[in-house]
Amino acid sequence: MLHDSSARALRDAIVRGERGALEVTRAFLERIDALDPKLHAFLYVDAEGALAQAASVERKRREGAALGPLAGVPIAIKDNLCVRGIPTTCASRVLEGWIAPYDATVIERLRAADAIIVGKTNMDEFAMGSSNETSAFGPVHNPWDLERAPGGSSGGSAAAVAGGLAPLALGSDTGGSVRQPAAFSGLVALKPTYGRVSRYGLVAFASSLDQIGPFARDVHDCAIVSEVIAGHDPRDATSLEREVGSYTASLGEGVRGVRVGVVRDTLASGVEPGVTRAVERAIETLRALGAIVVDVTLPTAEHAVSAYYIVAPAECSSNLARFDGMRFGPRVEEGGLEETYGKTRARFGREVQRRIMLGTYVLSAGYYDAFYAKAQKARTLIARDYERAFEACDVVLTPTAPSVAFRLGAKLERPLEMYLADIFTLPASLAGLPALSVPAGLSEGLPVGIQLTGRAFDEATLFRVAAAFEAASDHHTRRPPAFFGGAA
Amino acid sequence: MSERISLDEVRKVAKLARLALEDDALERLRTDLGDILAWMAALERLDTSGIEPTFQAIEARGALREDEPSPGLRHGEALRAAARSSHGGFAVPKVMEGE
Repeated sequence: MLHDSSARALRDAIVRGERGALEVTRAFLERIDALDPKLHAFLYVDAEGALAQAASVERKRREGAALGPLAGVPIAIKDNLCVRGIPTTCASRVLEGWIAPYDATVIERLRAADAIIVGKTNMDEFAMGSSNETSAFGPVHNPWDLERAPGGSSGGSAAAVAGGLAPLALGSDTGGSVRQPAAFSGLVALKPTYGRVSRYGLVAFASSLDQIGPFARDVHDCAIVSEVIAGHDPRDATSLEREVGSYTASLGEGVRGVRVGVVRDTLASGVEPGVTRAVERAIETLRALGAIVVDVTLPTAEHAVSAYYIVAPAECSSNLARFDGMRFGPRVEEGGLEETYGKTRARFGREVQRRIMLGTYVLSAGYYDAFYAKAQKARTLIARDYERAFEACDVVLTPTAPSVAFRLGAKLERPLEMYLADIFTLPASLAGLPALSVPAGLSEGLPVGIQLTGRAFDEATLFRVAAAFEAASDHHTRRPPAFFGGAA
Repeated sequence: MSERISLDEVRKVAKLARLALEDDALERLRTDLGDILAWMAALERLDTSGIEPTFQAIEARGALREDEPSPGLRHGEALRAAARSSHGGFAVPKVMEGE
């Protein structure tokens, strides 16, 4: 079945001429038409643009031109990434109707790799949320159980790939927004090292944390997309001039002698038993493959939620100041300038308002030192915790999330509870480190993910360990039955 | 401990953030922010004496590019998304009060 194929199998079939790029694109567009009403993963489907790109891939092939590493492979794009000529809304009323006048750098790179951009995916408004429920256009449903959240904030991208509506997707990750939805949806996703991927054309949320990362159904596909989008870009001053290297070359090298650090202390509380069991099984699998399992501690990680929910809202309150209805987005013009700003910005949803308020508060006179400066110091200590841990190990293994996908509505009205569920993904974000979530089996019929965190710039080791783990298990072959037929 | 935030403070922060909110929204934010800030007070327990803050976890070096002119967003394209434009610029409501 086309929709169950890996990206590289689709690409190879297209390159060999066994499938046409148009045929593949049409098949996915039809699947989106048929199934997205159940998921609401897409905010915009660009059938015309996708078919034009597919036609161009076919033309290139006929002419004998070299085809890129994602030739003819459809990919879904989170709606906070600019794709020229189609809407970018960030799932917000504040950007409703805005058409991006340029391509993000990652989009240029995908096009250069001959990928097919099929549409824009639903998300938490401005990427602020962990359930996709803060979207102004309604939540996404998890293909594994339509009553449950797909995770967030890149929930639409996760649901699209998990439901087989696209083989690949891009999301963005500020505090776990690709890793947690990947865990909730049975997918692989990478948050690259801070600075690894250009953010030119990503609508900024928290600039010291934001990174763009891919979703795929297996490690190899995730590595291919990561390689395509990584690398220096003069248009993003935070993107690093550093060799990317190959993420796919070491996938088959195994984990013999690799030191896997397990955090057993403070992070262990509040984790669902099914998640703990999956983590324990994963540790045993890696040990059996020859990895050396060692205990490590991250003593400051318990403060990561506080630190993150000070730093990220502070940066968001500054970044979102630009949405005032003057240069783009709808304007609610009433009275003078001040009143117009206020009324226009009142169109932000509740969670975004909450974060702008929180961020403005912690930056305001009298509170800066107690909250903002303190949080940035906590961040230093968290980074040091990792430095110490990486003296003893090569990757740190934790759950990606403390639970499986929760029910839609379960936490929406309890923001603090929602924030606390990000405990495992936030430390790596604050330290700028690469982290990857990989499927580790099911608990009560729902996917569990484990997170591997690595040294800065060492994505290759994450992919290598994840690939060995994946090859020794069948977790990545599990599919949501309602979307693929047969048993899970 | 509970670090509460008053309704007046919430109103002041909303004004700083340019959010024109109704009273019930402000009241809800007072509760939410109060709960969140009270919980964050746990950070006080963390000893950070002598610790430098980290504003950027991984610093890019030599981030400056060559200062060479290159095509950017065209004027018309930049204006296209504005709610109102006139005379080749963004049109905004009156800034100064009175005549």
